[in-house]
Amino acid sequence: MSDRKTAVTTPYTIGTAPFRPGDEADFGGKFKEQPEDLNRPDPAKCSADDTIKHASGLVRVLNDDNEAKGEWIPDISAEQLIQGLEYMMRLRIFDDRMLKMQRTGKLSFYMRSFGEEAVAIAQTMALEDNDWIFPSYRQPGAQFVRGRDMVSMICHCIGNTEDNVKGRQMPVHYTWKEGRFISISSPVGTQFSQAVGVAMASAYKGLDEACITWLGDGTSAQGDYHYALNFASTFKPPVILNVVNNQWAISTHQNLATGGRTFAERGLAYDIPSIRVDGNDFLALYSVTKWARDRVSAGLGPTHIEVYTYRAGAHSSSDDPSAYRPDDEFKCWPGGDPVDRLKQYLIKSGNWDEKNHKKLEKKIDDEVMTAYKAACEFGDLASGPYPPASTIFTEVYETVPWHVQEQREELGK
Amino acid sequence: MVKMNMIAALNSALEHQLERDENVVIFGEDVGYFGGVFRVTAGLQNKFGAHRVFDSPLAEGGIAAIAMGMGINGLRPVAEIQFADYIFPAYDQIVNEIAKLRHRSGGEFSTPVTFRTPAGGGIKGGHHHSQSPESQFTHTPGLKVVYCSNPYNAKGLLTSAIESNDPVIFFEPKRCYRGPFYGDPHKVPTWNSHPDGEVPEEYYSIPLEQARVVMEGSDCTVISWGAMVHVAEQAIKNSGLNCDLIDLQTLVPWDRDTVVNSVKKTGRCVIVHEAPKTSGFGAEMSASIQERCFYHLEAPIIRVTGWDTPFPHTTEWDYLPSPERIADAIRKTQEE
Repeated sequence: MSDRKTAVTTPYTIGTAPFRPGDEADFGGKFKEQPEDLNRPDPAKCSADDTIKHASGLVRVLNDDNEAKGEWIPDISAEQLIQGLEYMMRLRIFDDRMLKMQRTGKLSFYMRSFGEEAVAIAQTMALEDNDWIFPSYRQPGAQFVRGRDMVSMICHCIGNTEDNVKGRQMPVHYTWKEGRFISISSPVGTQFSQAVGVAMASAYKGLDEACITWLGDGTSAQGDYHYALNFASTFKPPVILNVVNNQWAISTHQNLATGGRTFAERGLAYDIPSIRVDGNDFLALYSVTKWARDRVSAGLGPTHIEVYTYRAGAHSSSDDPSAYRPDDEFKCWPGGDPVDRLKQYLIKSGNWDEKNHKKLEKKIDDEVMTAYKAACEFGDLASGPYPPASTIFTEVYETVPWHVQEQREELGK
Repeated sequence: MVKMNMIAALNSALEHQLERDENVVIFGEDVGYFGGVFRVTAGLQNKFGAHRVFDSPLAEGGIAAIAMGMGINGLRPVAEIQFADYIFPAYDQIVNEIAKLRHRSGGEFSTPVTFRTPAGGGIKGGHHHSQSPESQFTHTPGLKVVYCSNPYNAKGLLTSAIESNDPVIFFEPKRCYRGPFYGDPHKVPTWNSHPDGEVPEEYYSIPLEQARVVMEGSDCTVISWGAMVHVAEQAIKNSGLNCDLIDLQTLVPWDRDTVVNSVKKTGRCVIVHEAPKTSGFGAEMSASIQERCFYHLEAPIIRVTGWDTPFPHTTEWDYLPSPERIADAIRKTQEE
């Protein structure tokens, strides 16, 4: 990246964050890229070469005056956009409630999607219902789009008797087969190359299915990222590979994740059409993902997307960003707040108003509170009930082998 | 029954699986057009098509990852890791992902992947074409670990491994691909004259968790797997004693009844493997046997293994358990 900031050191270069605690954060106001800068190539004919400018630029739809502009304006109704706004509001309110639970000892751990709500929600809305979702821990919002019950999600986070993964995983590590939402794993990036395999199986069966997956800017240093791009390039399966560049991998700024060009541009070397998109612009994200899905339907296989956004919250409930970045950095992020931007667009286009917004906020807040209380009926973190101890021993294998059975009997539960 | 070496027997198992289950796909480095560096997949791409038997990019971590994804989405992948020494780039995908998927997802997702991989020494392969890393997988809950030793069990066990809905690491003793190995590098017998080189052409399977009793005797129980089964057989003959020789075949889960009944009968036990001694699977066997058979034991259990050193090149015959070392151990169990 040309604006990459590095410390002057010898004998080698070490990237640094643009601002540290005590600095006045300033990203220069607005994005210099504008919605009308980039054309929308025909997805059924597009090659990697047709996306060279898209990989170094920034696809936007919403301009700085909250108007939709340019070739990337998606074909999406106001009703669908209001639905998208509701999902994002739901995720934010849900996250805030869960973080409060964590702070009061009712959850062992939590991770919010704060500032990145548009990512999984706009992108999942752009997909077909039978498409596979292979998320990292920052895309739980996809479950709202697919209609997962909040009680079930909270039961997982608590790890109580109704946790569908039976108290085996940390909070936010959701699994939901009914929604084709594949199990989340803690080791970062492993899902990226696995998603290529999921997509290869869809192709093998001759189905019009895509698999979408995400990882972060920091995680893109992992081998799994490069395996995924190379295997996707080689086999051309229907996979949508997203690098969510939210600037921060815990305390490590993206300037330390790569010394190269944009994350999107890496895809070009693998001959995969690659697009960099404003991740806080719901319409642009929806449009780019729909475009990638159209490529799948046209039989053209993979698309590589850099979702350019900002992690507004801490990495997790165990993290304290004030130790490594200015507290108000998010406030001057050129991409703004994804929820507020969609809201302002809907208001400006005459489809929404403050009154409706407040009403919806209250409704969701009540629903989250009701779901939280309902979930606690199945057990809370402090006193349970928890899944029975026998669940330690089941589903390690399809059937319990003798040596595991012996150990279960030794525990006596 | 026809004469087959281990390569032909494995190839036959794969061919039956490709015929019987359209969800079976085979891939790995050099396995497609060329048919594998050891020729185990020879002819399969021609017969079943490049979409079912194909070459992958040279990245074991990527091979394991796409196998996991395919398995999640309904396929039954059989991936070849060209040498067991090269499985480690895939270790995270196997240990943290594939092995744990069923459990971590509350049983909602699983992936029935089989990894075939040539293992063990005896071909002058040095550090990185000779290792036998079975214990690095037996220590991971969620994996089944299988080690074949001859053409007949190679075919039957590979069939069961592929049909298992659990992920399986399937080790093939590369020294035994073309013939049994009795510990004398100057003699290179073939499977042609060996009873286990008689292999049915038709489909069959050998259940996992079932050990094979190679020979019976009351003086000592000798337990081994892979190429060392044949070396142990030679050692027993050299010792002049009558021993039970158990080819474990499946290491996880191992055949408790066969092992325990034999040691209770003989009261003596020698465990032979070519992997290093410390934390090798022999340690697990030894501990488990003393827990279950302590009052039947007449002598300490002895392990005869590779040394706790990297695997050597030109001196590999001094590294691998020899018939002499094994026979000495068997005799020692008789002294108590």
